[in-house]
Order: sequence, then C-alpha cells, then structure tokens
Amino acid sequence: MHLEYTQKQQAFRAEARQWLAEHVPAQPLQTYDTEAGFARHREWEAVLHQGRWTMVTWPEELGGRGSDLVEWLIFEEEYYRAGAPKRVNMNGICLLGPTLMEYGTGEQKSRILPKMASGEEIWAQAWSEPGAGSDMAAIRTRADRRGDNYVINGQKIWSTRAVWADWCFGMFRTDPDSERHHGLTFILVPLDSPGITVRPIPQLDGLPGFAEIFFDDVEVPVANRLGEEGAGWSVAMATAGFERGLMLRAPARFQETARRLVELYKANREAADGDPAIADAVIRAYLDAESYCLTTYQTACRLDRGGKIGAESSTNKIFWSELDQAMCATAMSILGARAELLPRAPAAAGVGTWLEDFLFAQSGPIYAGSNEIQRNIIAERMLGMPRK
Amino acid sequence: MDFTFSDDQILFQDTVRDFLVNEITPERIRASWDSESGRDDGLWRQLAELGLTGLAVPEEFGGLGMSELDFVLLAQECGYVALPEPLVNSALVAAPVLAALGGELAAQWLPRLAAGEARVIAGMERNLVVEDAHVADLLLLARGDAVYALTQGQFSLEHNESVDPSRRLFSVAIHDGIQPVATGEAGAGLAATMLDRGALGAAAQALGLARRMIDISVAYTAERQQFGKPIGSFQAVKHHMADIAVRLEYAKAPVYRAACAVSAGRGDIALAVSHAKLAACEAANLAAKNSIQVHGAMGYTWEVDLHIFMKKAWALANTWGDAGFHKQRVAGWIFSPQARLGAGETFSR
Repeated sequence: MHLEYTQKQQAFRAEARQWLAEHVPAQPLQTYDTEAGFARHREWEAVLHQGRWTMVTWPEELGGRGSDLVEWLIFEEEYYRAGAPKRVNMNGICLLGPTLMEYGTGEQKSRILPKMASGEEIWAQAWSEPGAGSDMAAIRTRADRRGDNYVINGQKIWSTRAVWADWCFGMFRTDPDSERHHGLTFILVPLDSPGITVRPIPQLDGLPGFAEIFFDDVEVPVANRLGEEGAGWSVAMATAGFERGLMLRAPARFQETARRLVELYKANREAADGDPAIADAVIRAYLDAESYCLTTYQTACRLDRGGKIGAESSTNKIFWSELDQAMCATAMSILGARAELLPRAPAAAGVGTWLEDFLFAQSGPIYAGSNEIQRNIIAERMLGMPRK
Repeated sequence: MDFTFSDDQILFQDTVRDFLVNEITPERIRASWDSESGRDDGLWRQLAELGLTGLAVPEEFGGLGMSELDFVLLAQECGYVALPEPLVNSALVAAPVLAALGGELAAQWLPRLAAGEARVIAGMERNLVVEDAHVADLLLLARGDAVYALTQGQFSLEHNESVDPSRRLFSVAIHDGIQPVATGEAGAGLAATMLDRGALGAAAQALGLARRMIDISVAYTAERQQFGKPIGSFQAVKHHMADIAVRLEYAKAPVYRAACAVSAGRGDIALAVSHAKLAACEAANLAAKNSIQVHGAMGYTWEVDLHIFMKKAWALANTWGDAGFHKQRVAGWIFSPQARLGAGETFSR
C-alpha cells in the first residue's frame, strides 16, 4: 500500500486540468431538462469527445484512453473541480456502454458505441413500468417476435432523459407465457420509431427530467436485441451492477458538495451556530465524503489488480445517496428562510444551486434500486441472512 | 497509488485470525473475569512466539521491524475476538514510543517486549485511567508534556472497576522524586505519538468488533424463530444489519489510510487518525445498538456473549480521545483558512 500518485498519474491529471481549463464553458449551461439546455449539453459531449475525455476507461478505438479506474477517478476529480457541465448521456456511457461491451455483438458495438461517445445519440433508460418498480421482474410490456422484428406494446415510466433522447434501452417480455425474471429480453429502441409516444413528467422542479414511454405496435429489428432472447434479466443485472457500482457517482461530486457546504457554513457561521447540530453535520459531511473517496479508491485499486466487485457494491448506493441528502439538508438549514427561494428571487442572495441540489438529492435513495431494496440485497447476499 | 494490502499482509492476518479465533473464545474470556489479574502470561508468550509483541520492534532489538500498516489488520483481528491482553497497546503504541525514546531504555526493554518476557504499557492523562497498568513491567505515562518511564516500585495503583470485566483500569500515582524521561517539545511529541497510535489501535479494533457483532447477530437471527420463521428473514431486522454493514464498509478505508499515514510519518496524521477513529467507532457503536435490538431480551443478558463485544466497543469510543476531541481536531482543519478541501485533495495532504 502506498497512497501517492505515480508520475504518469500526475501527468494525466495535469493534462485533464489544462484541457478543462481551456474548454469548460465560462457560464454554466442551462439545465438539460429544457430543450435548449439539452442541445447545449449534447454539444458539450461532442467537445469532450474531441478531447477524448468522454469515457477515459474506454479503449482508444472508441474514443477513450484505455485508462484504469484510478485514472478515471483522477479525471472525475478534475472534472468536478473545474465545474464542468453535467453529463447528459450518463445512461449511455455509464450504464449501457459497459453492458454493450460485455454482451454486444461486434456489429452492435461498432454501430452504437462511437455515436454514444460523441453525443450524437443520447440514451434514456426504460426499466420501470407502472406495475414494475422495485419489483422489476413484474415487467409486462410485450415484445412479440414477428420475422426479423420485435413488435412492442406496453408502457414504461420514470424514463430519465427520454423527452429529448434518441434511444432507450430496457427489458421487454418476449415470452408471453413466462413469469418473473424468465422470458425477458434486453432490447434497444429508437425513440423516433413509429408507434412511440413520449409523455414528459414534470419533476419536483417542474421540469421534464423523466417521462412515460407508450409503445403501440412499435417494430424494432431483432438486430437491436442485446444478448440472447430470454436472457434479459442477467444482462440487465449487469447494467444494474454498473449503475449502483462504481461508475455512476464518482466521489469527486460529493467532495465538491462537501467543500461548498463548508464554505456556506463559514460564510454564514454566526447564524448557523444558532443550531449546534449544524456544525456537527458539516464536519460529518466532510468526513463521509472523504470516506466515500477513500473507499472508492480502495475498490478501484482492487479492481485494477483483477479483483471483482460483489454484493458490497450495494453499500455504495446507500452511502452516497444518504450522504448527498444529508449535505443538502444541512445547506438548507444554514440558508434558513432563503432556502425555499428560487435563485432569481430578489432576496435570494448567496443561495447558489442548493435548492436544485436539495430537490435532486431527494431522488437519490429512490432511483437505481431503492435503498430498501439495496438493504435487502446487502442483508441477503453480503451478510447471508435468510430470504424466507 | 496502490490502496491494497500485499499478499503477505493478508496471509499474516489470516494466520493471526485463525490463532485468535481458536484460542480466545468467549468461554476463555469469561474465565479470565474470575482471575485476579485477568491476564495470562502463557498467552502473552504465545503471542510473542507469533511475532506479534515485537512486530513493530526494530530488528536490532529482536523484533520484526514492521510498520503500523502491517499491524492494522492484526489489530482488527484483536478486536474481532475482544482480546483482553494488551497487545495493541504494547505493539502499536508503547513499542514505537520506546523506540523513539531510544538509548538505554529502548535497549533494555524492546528485546524483552519482543520476546514476550515483559509487557510495556502506554497510558496518558486523557484516558483518565490506564488499562493494564497492573501487568506493566514498564509503564510509559504521558502527563501534559512530561513522559515517564516507570518500573515496578516507582508508582502505585488504585483499581477502577469497569462495566466490562475484561478491562482492568487503574489510577496511577507516581512516587515522589521520579523524573520524566522527556519533557517540553520532545515530551509533547511523544505524547502526540502515543495518542495517535492509541486512537489508530482503537479504530482498528472497533472494525473487528463491529464485524464480530454482525456475525453474532446474523447467526442468532437465522436461528431464532417467531411467527413460524427465522426473525432474520424480516426486513426490519435485515435493515438493522445492513445499516451496520454500510457504516462498516466505509470505515475501513479511513482506518487503513490512517495506518498508512502513521507508518509513512506524513504530515496529515492527526486528521487521518481522527477521521479513522470517528468512522470506526461510529460503526462499532451502531453495531452494538442494532445487535442488541435484534437479539431482543436475550441481548440484555449476561449470558449471551454479545455484551463482551458491545462493552469493549462502547469503551473504545471514549478512549484515546472521545468523539468530541476528534471532531474538534477535524473542525480545526476544515474550518481553517488554509484548508484544502474538495475533489482531488484527499491524497495531497
């Protein structure tokens, strides 16, 4: 064990820092939950791609750098330090991308991954259905095989980015007589296919960050199936593993939130100290963000040396989502009466982005497998407690 | 950047765990409660034969010359079995202080510590009392900036009973005319060394204690039936256990990082150690709270072994600096103008 960066890692950091300093937009982009903002974020993905920064862990022929996970962590640190835009194609690059690399055919990889990397095609996820949330095996949306096509009928919901995305991926029931996690197939669907209706769902902030997708006799070529027919569950579990695992939420994100929280506390210390619990919560936020960073580095180093990620990855999602919620709640307490004000309100001096952050933090313990489901997984698969 | 332990370090941990789990059973701990000293010279010599008492003793004094990083996984295993012997104190705290003092004192005592012929115990004012002072052949005591190296006859003891019968605690009175072996800046430096290593040792043991309480509770809730099923199948019980697992999973890396900082002698030792102590003791305290809950009334009894581990966890949280002390040290850093916080700074301090 030694905890110093190598010269190569330092050089990598320096290169990332310099590139970001030269390319990150001076003004924050409008949120990607608006049409114009979405388009600007798509352009930013293209800029990142030109610099080969879309996904540093991807191989060079796909526009990556073949980086190991420690370099990925370094890049994320520089990215968040630089205050660079949010990533509009996370569903693609973090969730579908790794699954495609594992299960995709050569044709699928060369057809899909380059456009994903460049931001030319933005991906939405289509997991949940009205009757299949935490119980994802209850999926009912049908994909019936007709010749070289699947014909899809049904409904998906809570599809993040679906309002302006180009494609979605999800699980569909291809065997009408099957039950639970059998007979499901992983299929990639162009969102401009005839028969698709996307109905935006306004989120807590009033903006359409997610949507319902209705499928009415939507024809999709069999070539868009990922993995074998009926093997969707195991393919999807790989995706869910990536999602709650390392890549979705880099520690840098929460370390920057913790830094901003310390600054907010310092700037409002006199008022904040009226509630002695606030200083304690700020200290805790800083330490927990550091714990998340240290633990992620430890896991990254283990994986870089050929180790495997196991059920302990379920602890990850609980830890960051509850940390994020706690940090944002503390910021709201410090802001006091200003906390509810929109940033454009005349009396909203110094509120920064905390309201937006706070609202989004409420979704963390719910999406990507609710924290209750994660706790069940930890108890049963990591600790070996009885299922029944 | 390599945040993994070597194969040798893992192998050593496995060996020590096997030995301790076989030898230090709850029955043996209970038996020690009835003995006058509560300690076992035969066991101490066995620990020495494994190289444990001399692990951090320099090779020229008959030790293995290894580092805090090598010891941290072993201290974790000492916690897992709630080892009553003062191994973590002697090997992780006292030995480095003695080595730093050097001279005649080190030459005389380090070989005896490594050979298992003597117990060297470190204690400090902050802890109010000194654990295992009654079996100390040499007692290193920090009072303010003064550090004393006391042998039998130079101090007298008064026993303080603990709720944990494994813990033997003493008030120490130094006899008149005994001079400290270090004072001023040197003494303060040694006292800081003592505190940081003591806190690191407590943190590592807390990790092991938390793991043990999980194991005991998972086994109990798989066996205990209510409503016709094992209570461990109920989500309310599962989630209590999962909560411990989450806090424990994220307390390990801070402890290993602190061990790395201490062994490398880097400048961020105080911050790293305080982080480790807070995170690990919080995990262990949560383990105690949720474990007793899932045991129901059985957990509140003397008969069930859980309390052996709960009581040790509760005590460790308040020794070598309590949560208030360590939070103040962290606050002193993060609220200072020169603090470098945020992404990319974790390993730059």
